Amino acid sequence: MSDYSSVSQLLALSEAAGLPLWKTVQITDCAEQNMSEADSWAKMADMLAVMKSADAGYDRRQRSLSGLSGGDGGKMEDYLASGRAVSGPLVGRMIAAALKMGECNACMKRIVAAPTAGACGVLPAVLLPCGEVLGLPDEKLIEALYAAAGFGRIIAGKASISGAQSGCQAEIGSASAMASAAVVQLRDGTGRQMANAAALALKSLLGLACDPVGGLVEVPCIKRNVIGAVNALTAAEMALAGIESRIPADEVIEAMGEIGDMMPSSLRETAQGGLAATETGRKWGNGNG
Amino acid sequence: MSIFDILGPVMVGPSSSHTAGAVRMGQIARRLVGGEPVRARILLAGSFASTGAGHGTPRALVAGLMGFMPDDERIPRSFEIAGERGLAYEFGTVQLRDAHPNSALLTVENERGERVEVGASSPGGGRILVFSLDGLPTAFSGEVPTLIVRCEDRPGHVSRVTGVVAAQGINMSKLRVERDERGGTAIMVIECDQRIPYKVKMAISAIEGVRKVTRLNPGEESK
Repeated sequence: MSDYSSVSQLLALSEAAGLPLWKTVQITDCAEQNMSEADSWAKMADMLAVMKSADAGYDRRQRSLSGLSGGDGGKMEDYLASGRAVSGPLVGRMIAAALKMGECNACMKRIVAAPTAGACGVLPAVLLPCGEVLGLPDEKLIEALYAAAGFGRIIAGKASISGAQSGCQAEIGSASAMASAAVVQLRDGTGRQMANAAALALKSLLGLACDPVGGLVEVPCIKRNVIGAVNALTAAEMALAGIESRIPADEVIEAMGEIGDMMPSSLRETAQGGLAATETGRKWGNGNG
Repeated sequence: MSIFDILGPVMVGPSSSHTAGAVRMGQIARRLVGGEPVRARILLAGSFASTGAGHGTPRALVAGLMGFMPDDERIPRSFEIAGERGLAYEFGTVQLRDAHPNSALLTVENERGERVEVGASSPGGGRILVFSLDGLPTAFSGEVPTLIVRCEDRPGHVSRVTGVVAAQGINMSKLRVERDERGGTAIMVIECDQRIPYKVKMAISAIEGVRKVTRLNPGEESK
């Protein structure tokens, strides 16, 4: 089996081999890294285990070194427990999980960069609650992680997964596209549905600036993990319903890269524009610097 | 690119460049000085100086000096642990011309009084690049097996050192030599395709005029 650098190539490889997309991603990586499928599976299982343990180990009293973040995941959990949540148990739990993981990262806890530390909350915030609510075994979640990683690898190669290079669309946007493919995998959807889900998810976050207050991975990063997760779910639901992206995934990814190239440096992780340059943003930023 | 570069690394937050990369810088300085660091002066440059505090960059650097991995949950407590272990550290800032914005200059001393000065930058994803060693320009990342040989600048040294490497059947992918002045100190950086065994280090160390040999094998950073 050969390699892939685009979504269309990955779909073609998967369809030619008659294998699910996640399996194609795994086999290709094993061949490239000279790793056995069992070792690869164990490594991916470890990624899931670290996500679960960070989620379970969340401490609402924890604050970041800057004092900008901490405790919001706890507030969300209290609100869910009160039974007043409008969005229901799945989406409510996703919001809480995204906040908790983003806060864990800001508070120097152990996380999985997915694809980056700043976007580490998106995938677990989709996978862990979906796994619980749908009653899925870990095997299904691990398969979904492979599907997500395959799309992330294509995006990293064709465009970027770096906020400093292409803005937040490359971090939260990419994570959201990956997570939407993962949700389609959870429902045993087709590779084409995953491609549509990833395209729909990424399209909705195109142009998103990387404008962190004080240059820290906290504001607005943590709460953007929430929109990345919820956006992934809605994109996947559309794709599973048979809705297609009019612009194919590969072209959406290319557009993301082009938009990144056009972004001024003030909106690419330099803390010189956007939210970082607001009156309040500057106040917090100076406090740190 | 492996899918585990996308899903991963497992790391202590908040930033792959300012936290995980900073740990790797400390680790590589530890390996380059050899033995146990007892004193460190760390100068932060650019974005490391301006946003490092909020990213835990100083704690990450000290954690790396003690050999911690980027996913070690003791990183946030590294200052306290350094105090218990007798590692004295101080921080300052520095302006570095032509360096990546995420850079630091580490001067580290071990228990035998040996010193090394390492300039390194962290361009993202937890990867690093060493750009200076004891004041000489260089370029290596430690992502592939790497030998760093500090020796007197004398005719025949390069051939003797690479002879040892070749005799072990190890293929070299990159060789770079820098010196401060004719007959002064030279630094050889040799990147290899295979893991570098201990006996290669010993054989090179025995060559007359060789002052210090460091081998970096990926996956063995914490040793």
